[in-house]
Amino acid sequence: MSTSETTVESLVGGEYKYGFVTDIDTEVIPKGLSEDVVRLISAKKGEPAWMTEWRLDAYRRWLKMEEPHHWGNLSYPPVDYQDIIYYAAPKNVKPLASLDEVDPELIKTYEKLGIPLREQKLLAGVAVDAIFDSVSVATTFKESLAKEGIIFCPISEALREHPELVRQYLGSVVPVNDNFFAALNSAVFSDGSFVYIPKGVRCPMELSTYFRINTANSGQFERTLIVADEGAYVSYLEGCTAPKRDTNQLHAAVVELVALKGATIKYSTVQNWYAGDAEGKGGIYNFVTKRGKASEDAKISWTQVETGSAITWKYPSVILQGDRSVGEFYSVAVVNGRQQADTGTKMIHVGKDTRSTIVSKGISAGQGNNSYRGLVKVLPRATNARNYTQCDSMLIGSRCGAHTFPYIENQTSTGRIEHEASTSKIGEDQIFYLKQRGLNTENAISMIVNGFCKEVFKELPMEFAVEAQKLLGVSLEGSVG
Amino acid sequence: MLEIKNLQAKAGEKQILNGISLTVNAGEVHAIMGPNGSGKSTLAQVLAGHPAYEVTGGEVRFEGQDLLDMEPEERAQAGVFLAFQYPVEIAGVSNAYFLRAAYNEIQKARGKEEMDPIDFLDLVEEKLKLVEWGPEIMSRAVNHGFSGGEKKRNEILQMAVLEPKLAILDETDSGLDIDALRIVANGVNKLRRPDNATIVVTHYQRLLNYIVPDHVHVLAGGRIVKSGGKELALELEAKGYEWLTEEAVTA
Repeated sequence: MSTSETTVESLVGGEYKYGFVTDIDTEVIPKGLSEDVVRLISAKKGEPAWMTEWRLDAYRRWLKMEEPHHWGNLSYPPVDYQDIIYYAAPKNVKPLASLDEVDPELIKTYEKLGIPLREQKLLAGVAVDAIFDSVSVATTFKESLAKEGIIFCPISEALREHPELVRQYLGSVVPVNDNFFAALNSAVFSDGSFVYIPKGVRCPMELSTYFRINTANSGQFERTLIVADEGAYVSYLEGCTAPKRDTNQLHAAVVELVALKGATIKYSTVQNWYAGDAEGKGGIYNFVTKRGKASEDAKISWTQVETGSAITWKYPSVILQGDRSVGEFYSVAVVNGRQQADTGTKMIHVGKDTRSTIVSKGISAGQGNNSYRGLVKVLPRATNARNYTQCDSMLIGSRCGAHTFPYIENQTSTGRIEHEASTSKIGEDQIFYLKQRGLNTENAISMIVNGFCKEVFKELPMEFAVEAQKLLGVSLEGSVG
Repeated sequence: MLEIKNLQAKAGEKQILNGISLTVNAGEVHAIMGPNGSGKSTLAQVLAGHPAYEVTGGEVRFEGQDLLDMEPEERAQAGVFLAFQYPVEIAGVSNAYFLRAAYNEIQKARGKEEMDPIDFLDLVEEKLKLVEWGPEIMSRAVNHGFSGGEKKRNEILQMAVLEPKLAILDETDSGLDIDALRIVANGVNKLRRPDNATIVVTHYQRLLNYIVPDHVHVLAGGRIVKSGGKELALELEAKGYEWLTEEAVTA
């Protein structure tokens, strides 16, 4: 291997800045999963009886399912589900009258992460729900949103305050028995965000949830449900980090989006879970089910920047149920060290004249393994459906992998599906060219990679596009030395 | 300005430069000519610090500094510019963004203030005239989808913006039609100043009709086998390289 190649590889894999642990009194339940644990979580949340039953139903279905180990281009030992803590929460989290009551230790944690929870310090135009281990610790701008009739709160609170709304939509897009991890999540999820935008309302600010796993050996199972009523608009962003630990931790989330007639939901993710060390020890298993259902003339747009996690397994999807509905998926996935990612999307065209766009950018460095897996399915009724897929991979160094698995099922004669794919390698020559113009190696790589990802970054809300660029720089740091 | 003494270099196991000595003073234009495989482009790449080449002997001083001890970006910041034979494409990065980043890196290294995008566009507007381009080129991705001629013009534009002390043009004439050649050569000529120097690496005499050199050197087998004034280029045009290569072999 040439010296410049080691250079490129060492630039990927800089120090993980968010690996600290918060020292806070935490209430944890014993490790392991059983019907009693499911009941206990439900009781801790003060849930209505139907919800407890819903969870138990999911749990019983999950028992009969098998961990998906074979179809993904991933390798990991089977997870021991009895060795996980299913509920961990900072003590003394009560309903808060104001943000001033939030534990200062938590405020500090979020400030360290760059997420100030004090409203006066907040980015203008972004409301935040902060989830720490299994519970939501603070939600900002709730009152001002409520004036527009917008509900933005922890899902546990929504189950108490707006049970009918939650009951109507929970599991309507991702049924409890959808897949192994979704069933597990349905049984044990502890918190997450709930958003409801009333008819015709355009949400005046970005909504954002920030997930943090703190407790060792715990899993995080959050559940997010976003409902945009007819003609409504909302842009939502989630961010995630976790401390460095040398054991793997499971994050199995479910996100459901419901876009009613003419509504638009834009959902962006900047995922930066701890990825494990260079030898692949530790890191988060990020096994996530995200799906949206779009009614007539509705639009759902997923944008994701995935830089963290030891393993990422997620396929944010859109069911294009209504006529003329639109689905979009813009993705940047970076693997470095020993990270593995199997990610992509499913666009299910059910309605007539539906359109979908997929733009996937995979970056592989170190000994990382990156797979795009995408399904475009056009059902018989979906006449004149259109899909455009563009799938680009970039390799940094020679020990990483990039794979593309596109699945196309067109059951109409009028559907038009286009697929373009490319693979490129950041070469010595590209880096040398930029260095010859005065840029150092890290800036050179960052410029090349950011250029590669441009089509995706431009889809991110402005406040976060800059963050994403920086994040990319950090996770590729040291990949070229 | 530039002093090369007995420079030797190899690529992989292959020895390419076998002891080159050359002195370039401020205000001069030197042409390096020679047949394919003689080491012309290697010399250009080694001076710029390409990692694929390993220097096995000799020394190079640039304004008193040990050039071979410097990273490629340090050489660029010190004022060495290489106009590439094959300029690289960078998708998704606009010419404006790239050029300003490069300009500011060099400004920073010289202890000068960085320039904001608005002022930078004013600066570029002047430079664009040199290569007879409008501002729209600045929003295109760096060399992405450019024709061969456009890529070479873009190199000269970068040179104009970065104002190097020593510019090395590596086969800048290859692949250019006559109009592009004239534009590129005009640009280079207008950038000539008493305090900068240019090394023109070329296979053909054609470019030297436009960029008139003070000195011409002929490379063969990794050595300079003949040096002379601009008339040497004309002699090569008439007689080819063979007589010199043979001389080199027998010597």
